[in-house]
Amino acid sequence: MAIKNQIKQSLIIAFWFMILTFPIMVIKVNTIQNTIYFRWANLLWVGIVTFFASMVWNYFLRRNEAQKKKEIDDDIPLIHRLLQNDRFRRPFLGLLAAFFIAYPFVFPMYHTSIMISALVYVMLGLGLNIVVGLAGLLDLGYVAFYAVGAYAYALLNLHFGLSFWVVLPMSALLGTLFGVMLGYPVLRLRGDYLAIVTLGFGEIIRIVLENWDDFSNGPRGIADIPPPSFFGHYFDQHNTMIYIYFIVIGLVLMTIFFVNRLENSKIGRAWIALRDDEIACQAMGIDKFKTKLTAFALGATWAAMGGVVFAAKTSYINPMSFTIWESITILCVVVIGGMGSAIGVIAGALVLILLPEYLRAVAEYRMLVFGALQVIVMVFKPDGLIKSVRKVYTFNVQEKTIHEQTHT
Amino acid sequence: MNKPILNVKNLTMNFGGLKALDDVSIAIEKGQIAALIGPNGAGKTTFFNCITGIYEPTNGIVEITPPGKNTQSLRGLKPNYVTERGIARTFQNIRLFHGMTVLENVMIGRHCRLSSGIIKAMLQPPSQKNEEQKAVTDSYEILEKIGLEQYVNDMAVNLPYGAQRRLEIARALATDPFLLLLDEPAAGMNPQETKELDDLILWLRDNENLTILLIEHDMKLVMSLSDWIHVVDYGKKIAEGTPADIKANSDVIKAYLGEDSDDA
Repeated sequence: MAIKNQIKQSLIIAFWFMILTFPIMVIKVNTIQNTIYFRWANLLWVGIVTFFASMVWNYFLRRNEAQKKKEIDDDIPLIHRLLQNDRFRRPFLGLLAAFFIAYPFVFPMYHTSIMISALVYVMLGLGLNIVVGLAGLLDLGYVAFYAVGAYAYALLNLHFGLSFWVVLPMSALLGTLFGVMLGYPVLRLRGDYLAIVTLGFGEIIRIVLENWDDFSNGPRGIADIPPPSFFGHYFDQHNTMIYIYFIVIGLVLMTIFFVNRLENSKIGRAWIALRDDEIACQAMGIDKFKTKLTAFALGATWAAMGGVVFAAKTSYINPMSFTIWESITILCVVVIGGMGSAIGVIAGALVLILLPEYLRAVAEYRMLVFGALQVIVMVFKPDGLIKSVRKVYTFNVQEKTIHEQTHT
Repeated sequence: MNKPILNVKNLTMNFGGLKALDDVSIAIEKGQIAALIGPNGAGKTTFFNCITGIYEPTNGIVEITPPGKNTQSLRGLKPNYVTERGIARTFQNIRLFHGMTVLENVMIGRHCRLSSGIIKAMLQPPSQKNEEQKAVTDSYEILEKIGLEQYVNDMAVNLPYGAQRRLEIARALATDPFLLLLDEPAAGMNPQETKELDDLILWLRDNENLTILLIEHDMKLVMSLSDWIHVVDYGKKIAEGTPADIKANSDVIKAYLGEDSDDA
């Protein structure tokens, strides 16, 4: 019976797709000869392929559901199990470190360049993860802080000749400051309203950069931004790329280190509490506004630092690099990677940024495949690629009872 | 005579044209288990929300006199400051943090008693580590007291219903309150769980030096537990007294117990 229904449903879907794709797959208009071809064979193919695709899709959906019933929430992602296991942790991390250290020397410069972009997104993703994943504030204007960092380096260097290493910590402070400034008025809102207002703020920053010619050089952007120096020494182009690569690796490690500490601290718990239930959170003595503001400001800090690296790497920035599309991509990194999960966000950034580059093989279908992959991840892994796992505390119960016995 | 621990005078709360609370005065003495009862929609939860700062009352005085401290007004304070001053509450519809473990839920309650800020959280100096460790052990001790230690690392959503209710109490306890407000703690519990709750509330008063104000529909629980009962109906206070007084009060029977007065 179930199979029969399945076939019926798949037939309907196939039929629907045949109608949907009719204009592009079947009709072909030749505007020169003013003729129209009907490629009926294509219609058949669309029908057959959709039918089987739908069957396979449903099969996996049902299998997924059956699995979920079996193990209610007890499935700890493989990578967490690996990291918790002492025997595997060291070799695993060692292998990972070896891979990332060898990477720029083994692969050509082009790949190093892509990897730098991906690692900048890891930083951005981890920053936004604080805001969206932990504190549950949907921020669609995150790119504004990225722009603040990039322009801070470009402009401070242009006007005052400040170097990368001076601007990097300054940009972190500047990011925090902008986070507080933008956060202060908008954080009274929540949910969709917050999303729309942050979207507006993101656009405002971009439009200001685009139109305030005297300040930011408008849409022409700022060129010749110097790469980071190594104690006053500059490398050639190839080595600069490798150098930036290791700087980003360092920054990513620092980000992971701090974000991980924040997540399991008083403030991190307050963020998650705020995400889960605002009213209960306040009733537990947590200052809602202050907690939101810290999340927003800290998220901005990492975005700004990412911006500095971005400017140093590309050596040219203009407002077009900071459109809403950028915010959406970072949000995708967080959601597909796994909200609130640092390892997930790292995986998400690597997959989402590297995949489109390596999908160039399938050329024009690249974005289509990319979109389809995102849908598949969301359907089969709604918690993201690697979902978050809460810290487990251990208690030595035996010791405690002995301790108590001596007291009584 | 000692001042009442919670003194609410002439509390009025309007929502537009609706008077949810109309001139309600309630005083709670230290060490009491007091109950606030009334039919559905009488304004009991609104009363809690006005005290804890979720609503700002339209009119009236809300004063507390914590043991060994001076009288202070709570009116207009944000909920988190009310909690800091020592009033903790639970919710009618369970409001646990479902993305966290049981222990972390309790640790959230410790939040307002911890001092480490962001910088300390990032750098983790010994003072922060000690404080964090103490928060963990304190929270675990609270779970032991409430009898939830076996669930310590489980996610809060996966707990059985009765345990979730108890976890809300544990979480409230973690804020170091002197006054505990329980909003229908026995709702949806089976008789066994209700009995355990009864014991727990008495234990809390006797061993944790707490004063307790509870909203409850389970008359058996209210009558056996309370020292003093306040009755509200349509936003107005209609009676107060000992359980025996309330059982005999004709206004209360008319307004609230009505036809099923035999149950009480």
